[in-house]
Amino acid sequence: MNPKIMGEASGPASRRCWWFANSGIRRLLWTIALLCGRSAHASNVLEKGGSTSIFAPASPPAHLIAGLAHFVLLVAGGIFAVVAGLIIYAAIRFRHRPGDDDSWEPAQVYGSESVELAWTIVPVVIVTILALTTARVIQEIQNPSRPANALDVQVIGHQFWWEIRYPKYGIVTANELHVPVGELSDRQPTFLDLRSADVVHSFWVPRLAGKTDLVPGHPNVMWIEPEKAGLYLGQCAEYCGTQHSLMLIRVYADSPKDFVRWVEEQKAGLAESSNVAAGRHVFESYACINCHNVAGTAGSGHFGPDLTHLMSRATLGAGAVPNTYSNLRAWIKDPGQFKPGVLMPAMNLGEGEIDSLVAYLSTLK
Amino acid sequence: MKPASIQATVGSRDYSVKERSEQPSSVAAIVHSWITTVDHKRLGIMYLMFAMLFLGIGGVEAMLIRLQLAKPDSHLVGPETFNRLFTLHGTTMIFLAAMPFVFGFGNFLIPLMIGARDLAFPRLNAFGFWLTVFGGLLLYYSLIGGEGMAGAGSAPDVGWFAYSPLTARAFSKGHSTDYWILGVMVGGFGSIATAINLITSILCLRCPGMTLMKMPLLAWLYLVVSGMVLLAIGPLTAAQIMLLLDRYLGSHFFDVQAGGSAVLWMHFFWIFGHPEVYVLVLPAFAFASEIIPVFSRKAIFGYPAMVAATVAIGFVGLSVWAHHMFAVGMSAISNTFFAISTMMVAVPTGIKIFNWIGTMWGGRIRYATPMLFSLAFLIQFLIAGLTGIMLSAAPFDWQLTDSYFVVAHFHYVIVGAIVFMIFAAVYYWYPKATGRMLDERLGRWHFILFLVGFHLTFDTMHLPGVLGMPRRIYAYGAERGWGTLNLICTVGAVVQGAATLIFVLNVVRSLRTGVIAGNDPWDAWTLEWSTSSPPPEYNFSTVPKVKSRRPLWDLKHPDDPDSHYE
Repeated sequence: MNPKIMGEASGPASRRCWWFANSGIRRLLWTIALLCGRSAHASNVLEKGGSTSIFAPASPPAHLIAGLAHFVLLVAGGIFAVVAGLIIYAAIRFRHRPGDDDSWEPAQVYGSESVELAWTIVPVVIVTILALTTARVIQEIQNPSRPANALDVQVIGHQFWWEIRYPKYGIVTANELHVPVGELSDRQPTFLDLRSADVVHSFWVPRLAGKTDLVPGHPNVMWIEPEKAGLYLGQCAEYCGTQHSLMLIRVYADSPKDFVRWVEEQKAGLAESSNVAAGRHVFESYACINCHNVAGTAGSGHFGPDLTHLMSRATLGAGAVPNTYSNLRAWIKDPGQFKPGVLMPAMNLGEGEIDSLVAYLSTLK
Repeated sequence: MKPASIQATVGSRDYSVKERSEQPSSVAAIVHSWITTVDHKRLGIMYLMFAMLFLGIGGVEAMLIRLQLAKPDSHLVGPETFNRLFTLHGTTMIFLAAMPFVFGFGNFLIPLMIGARDLAFPRLNAFGFWLTVFGGLLLYYSLIGGEGMAGAGSAPDVGWFAYSPLTARAFSKGHSTDYWILGVMVGGFGSIATAINLITSILCLRCPGMTLMKMPLLAWLYLVVSGMVLLAIGPLTAAQIMLLLDRYLGSHFFDVQAGGSAVLWMHFFWIFGHPEVYVLVLPAFAFASEIIPVFSRKAIFGYPAMVAATVAIGFVGLSVWAHHMFAVGMSAISNTFFAISTMMVAVPTGIKIFNWIGTMWGGRIRYATPMLFSLAFLIQFLIAGLTGIMLSAAPFDWQLTDSYFVVAHFHYVIVGAIVFMIFAAVYYWYPKATGRMLDERLGRWHFILFLVGFHLTFDTMHLPGVLGMPRRIYAYGAERGWGTLNLICTVGAVVQGAATLIFVLNVVRSLRTGVIAGNDPWDAWTLEWSTSSPPPEYNFSTVPKVKSRRPLWDLKHPDDPDSHYE
């Protein structure tokens, strides 16, 4: 294990990046960057996942990036102050004033080797520092050491939803990624194996890490390790077609205990209920099964999200609407009303059929 | 020294009376004379009018995009329409507005500034222009003709960089993508023709005495720009041909399922796409390098360094393309290489900014409208460069790319630097092209309003990106907290629109009511100001001879000519 990178995320004090561990400037930059974001966020946002600011990092890669960002912002701020100051000074000091004698021209200066050399060398030095810093952070994020108990999750981008597979547990779900929170004593980063079933997508949960694209034929890996339990929002960040906008991802960071419970629930078989046999019959006898999978039924399609534990998820249509009884009913009738451009067609079922189908789906807990 | 003696020495005379008597009389004859012209000045003006037209069209598209995003959960336009709007907006602004602006000024100015009577290949020049027009028509024909058998939409909706495999027939039915390919490709041929023309002219047609190091900086910048066009357009055209083969002849260049590569398209596109940024921004540098000295009343500071920096930007600019692809999943080594090569661009760019400040330093700066726009350009380009440094730090880019931060960044370059300098250039050279000055009062209103609108929109636009808002989404939930910021952006866009209308009014009205300019209204120093306004068809009655970079300075100050110092 790389002690530096893994150590950094192992305690609250050392989570801060090494540049500005406790400096006032860092706090100032932080405050400025967050002010706009904070003020724009109503408190009720927090219940729904809260901020997606890149300056509210909650996972080592995001911390490393925020640290680098603060450093680059500081350098850029310094350059701006100096250069913009020079421009404004020159613009005011050397302006044409009423009453100036225009019969003569100012002294013509064609250049100055020493001055020009100076303003070549100083940027070279600054660029060198930035380059070395950047190279280091790239290494830390892209080539992390990998503890033996790291969790592997496969994330597959589809138009316009996320398929999520846990090969170790045999779990398949959609649009909601559950990962364990790293404990101080027992760190457990999650490595995401990113793939695409169709076009290019991009996985972006700003508080957990930078974005990485899901490119067909070009598997990528990224890692996250949320430090606090909770919900982290993100969404597809590479234009992927009509409904690029409604391709939201919800990452739940669970305490180790909660995570184990969630895994057990997802692995558990479905309790068969004869009350909803009619609904199951509707599901199995229409085109639903071409695209959707429900374990233990005739439905084994993979074009659409796995519905085995549909009711464990908070939203329908990758964040299009909350997963409620009435929304589910309306969704099946015409998903396009919530998500124009969605690839699921309006099913044109009779009212009775929809009722029994929704009753059946509601048992898929 | 009086203008008359300048003409006598440099070689031009006022032919306006004779010209007027030769003007065709009927409207048809006038139209015919413009359509069939091979005169670089007329082609240049037509390029600029074409660019203005598409700046307007692209502007309307931008306005619709901004109105849609002004509030959360908006339903002004649906996702299909929104996706077409941003695809057309990007494609139009780059290929049908910015590029024609670049070539329009190049066409009009290069022969006049190097003391030539036309470009090297006048007919090729006309060919290039009309190809560009045809490319524009093809692209916009998709609005009525692109529906195709599958009924899949009209205008293209794949984004202006058209990432594969979204452009494969499986995901892009109908013909809209074909119109995008063909329109851009045909325009690209026109660009290559014009680039060859400009390179040849700059290398072969300079007037006696004008060595390469005595050229106006504008000519140097256009030399580098044209070289980059030659190197950059080819890969795009090649990729587009491959895409057409994929779509219609069953090849698999970008067809992942048959072993093709989606990443291949990205490389091809950005090998074009990044040099393209410099193709657009170097002309802005070119205008600044002419305008800032004249209005500061000083020679450009550090001419040799400016030339060296230009060439350096040209070379380094060819090796940075994959900084658009940091999130694609390249190796740490590749990411580091492209981060460092991108940061290196900052050095020659910094030299340019410092040299412009050095030019202003100790001068006597007159704030006519061209200089106002140039001053704003300096500060805005500085900011665009600094956000560029942020994006070049690859890990920071993993957060910022494809977010509204990057949209704000490149609009800071394209609007804050390029469009501001295009406005400056129009105010500066309009008197030469038309013989009349643009109205200063309207010019100042235009400047102030555009400045305010620009900063409202694009300063603000960085923030939603930092707060996690990706680009190219047509709607966002109210609970995401991006609403207020987006509303401010939209208000700024409306202000910019109003300012642009003032500009158009000024351009049209001043044709009739503008103050007569005379040959040299700005008391400038390069050759175009030695001939009449507008210049005769042959530019100079006798070919000028120059001894320095500022031939008119030498004439106006025979006691203290530049040629003593260079």
